Amino acid sequence: MRNYNLTHLDQLEAEAIFILRETAAQFERPGLLFSGGKDSIVMAHLAQKAFAPAKIPFPFVHVDTGHNFVETIDFRDCFVEKLGIELIVGRVQDSIDRGTAVEETGPDASRNALQSVTLLETIDGESLDACLGGGRRDEEKARAKERFFSHRDAFGQWDPKNQRPELWNLFNGRKSPGENFRVFPLSNWTEMDVWQYAKIEKIELPSLYFAHEREIVERNGSLLAVSEFVIPRENETPTKETVRFRTIGDATCTGAVRSAASTLDEVITEVAASRVTERGSRTDDRRSEAAMEDRKKQGYF
Amino acid sequence: MTEENNYLDMDLLRFTTAGSVDDGKSTLIGRLFHDTKAIFEDQLEAIERSSKKRGDEHVNLALLTDGLKAEREQGITIDVAYRYFATPKRKFIIADTPGHIQYTRNMVTGASTANLALILVDARNGVVEQTRRHTFIADLLGIKHIAVCINKMDLVDYDEKVYADVQQQYRDFASRLENVTDLTFIPISALKGDNVVDRSENMTWFEGPSLLYHLENVYVGSDANHVDARFPVQWVIRPHSDKHHDFRGFAGRVAGGVFKTGDEVTVLPSGFSTKIQKILSGDEEREDAFYPQSVTMLLEDEIDVSRGDMLAKPNNQPRVSQDLDAKVCWFSVTKKLTKGAKFIFRHTTKEAQAIVSEIRYKVDVNSLRKVEEVDHFDMNEIGRICLRVSQPVFHDTYRRNRNTGSFILVDPYTNETLAAGMII
Repeated sequence: MRNYNLTHLDQLEAEAIFILRETAAQFERPGLLFSGGKDSIVMAHLAQKAFAPAKIPFPFVHVDTGHNFVETIDFRDCFVEKLGIELIVGRVQDSIDRGTAVEETGPDASRNALQSVTLLETIDGESLDACLGGGRRDEEKARAKERFFSHRDAFGQWDPKNQRPELWNLFNGRKSPGENFRVFPLSNWTEMDVWQYAKIEKIELPSLYFAHEREIVERNGSLLAVSEFVIPRENETPTKETVRFRTIGDATCTGAVRSAASTLDEVITEVAASRVTERGSRTDDRRSEAAMEDRKKQGYF
Repeated sequence: MTEENNYLDMDLLRFTTAGSVDDGKSTLIGRLFHDTKAIFEDQLEAIERSSKKRGDEHVNLALLTDGLKAEREQGITIDVAYRYFATPKRKFIIADTPGHIQYTRNMVTGASTANLALILVDARNGVVEQTRRHTFIADLLGIKHIAVCINKMDLVDYDEKVYADVQQQYRDFASRLENVTDLTFIPISALKGDNVVDRSENMTWFEGPSLLYHLENVYVGSDANHVDARFPVQWVIRPHSDKHHDFRGFAGRVAGGVFKTGDEVTVLPSGFSTKIQKILSGDEEREDAFYPQSVTMLLEDEIDVSRGDMLAKPNNQPRVSQDLDAKVCWFSVTKKLTKGAKFIFRHTTKEAQAIVSEIRYKVDVNSLRKVEEVDHFDMNEIGRICLRVSQPVFHDTYRRNRNTGSFILVDPYTNETLAAGMII
């Protein structure tokens, strides 16, 4: 007899594809938030599968802090060109120049929070009514109550007390003019699921995710890559180490981990044995206990 | 096989938990996470910091499950939270819902996607009103597997008689359940870890498995309907490219049954029949598709098909009607469900309008008695109504198929989701 059981990855894939198609069907102008990180790459891969052999029917949107790893931007540009997709880039620098965002000052200044301003301006300027994000509920506790279809009011705000219940496979994307949605097809995935899926689907990922030699400094418990954005301070001695990244974001706040894992199999083994969450290396989440919740209310991803 | 390759045949179990402040639910989840190594050091450190700040004596594992600042300030859980852990056998998705009476809607939401409900009973108190309410909702939402954890056995000296009495109490009222086919009882102590991950040495009289063993092994594969083939069309793929000039694919997620290449299918509402030419997953061709796979179907004949239509088999078609008899749970704080009220109606991939043509009765979720002659439902009330829909709805009873038997009602003015419905 035919066995009708699906593996957990098959089920997660089917669910994510359903959400991607539902987004295309329920919204006028969705965009896929593409950062060049593994979650957005997996989401883009799923979008390709969802609409094949047609092109993905919506543009990619990158909110660019200007503090990038070179590898990320190269990867992004190659990827988008290969798929033949329109890429919209919202630049935090433009928001700063316009005066709508004010650069943080101080030793640990970061443009991370400013991304929300640029994202909202891009949503407005491009008339996007839904933004697909690679956020997962296992990432951070403020995300555990996030919906697949997350409603945002005209100010882009997330009101955790006023989210629509989601039952079965029925998603309510109706909205008033000016409102929009964030949609998270990978809600039910964990970090491990993303790596395993990348492995079985043979998804190409940026080299930053695999062990390489790099000059780093240790700052506030994170290993930051030395670059034009992270300049060693007086008391810091940069060292050359073999590291890799578990998440890729703004270069000023994304920490590396010491690792020799240079293939997907080795990364999976390492993640399985890890005792720290991937966001544990993000200094942006450590600012306060409710850092993520506060940023989400401001319109963060 | 090495451990890291095990994931290639891991499957998935979705379960829901409900409980109030004192029944040990948070402790149990904390215990499952801790003992399966799903808590990470940085999370543990964060909880330790918070526990200290609050002046708690011990590390309060419940803080792990209190997500939002708004909730921590009020010391309550306001919504369904989704949590994840995995063993080499299975990945688990927990829909963790608060248990107070005013949160019936959250329990309904959490139960709607679950295969199993985990119900906690305090061994000292036995079956209470809340136990009955949780069980009723799990059954109403069509959950077939219930794991009843009789908790705090350490506080009753691990006494087999206490366990047997509580089990009997539960069985007495559970005999009235409609959908539950598998009731499993496990005596545990979430605090001490007895029978949670490993079998307890304090209760050698208990011959059943530990809770985790049960969760890892309970068979849910036959719960889905693999008989009645249903494919609601979600999106039409037309590449408009030279290479795929005539390509028309109907994308969607199988809602029930099995479709194979070459099968004859009927398209609803048009009623035309044709054959399946090809089934695609991405670029790959596959022989068949079944629930819950997302695929793209190509048909042999050129028939007009669009979102909201449904493919079925000529000799096994869904019911088609504009009048529906349904059980609903009302969600709205500000509005009441009344006769004559109009809504947006969402069912599978279809959207229509609906009007309440009759309110038949509501159910008192505590006594489980029917209350007749009611003229409205307030928030968190559950009952039976009749709906008139603006278009024919291709459906099955909820009992037969959760996907084609469920719907939501949406406020046409505020766009809020107001109710969840199950077709009878």
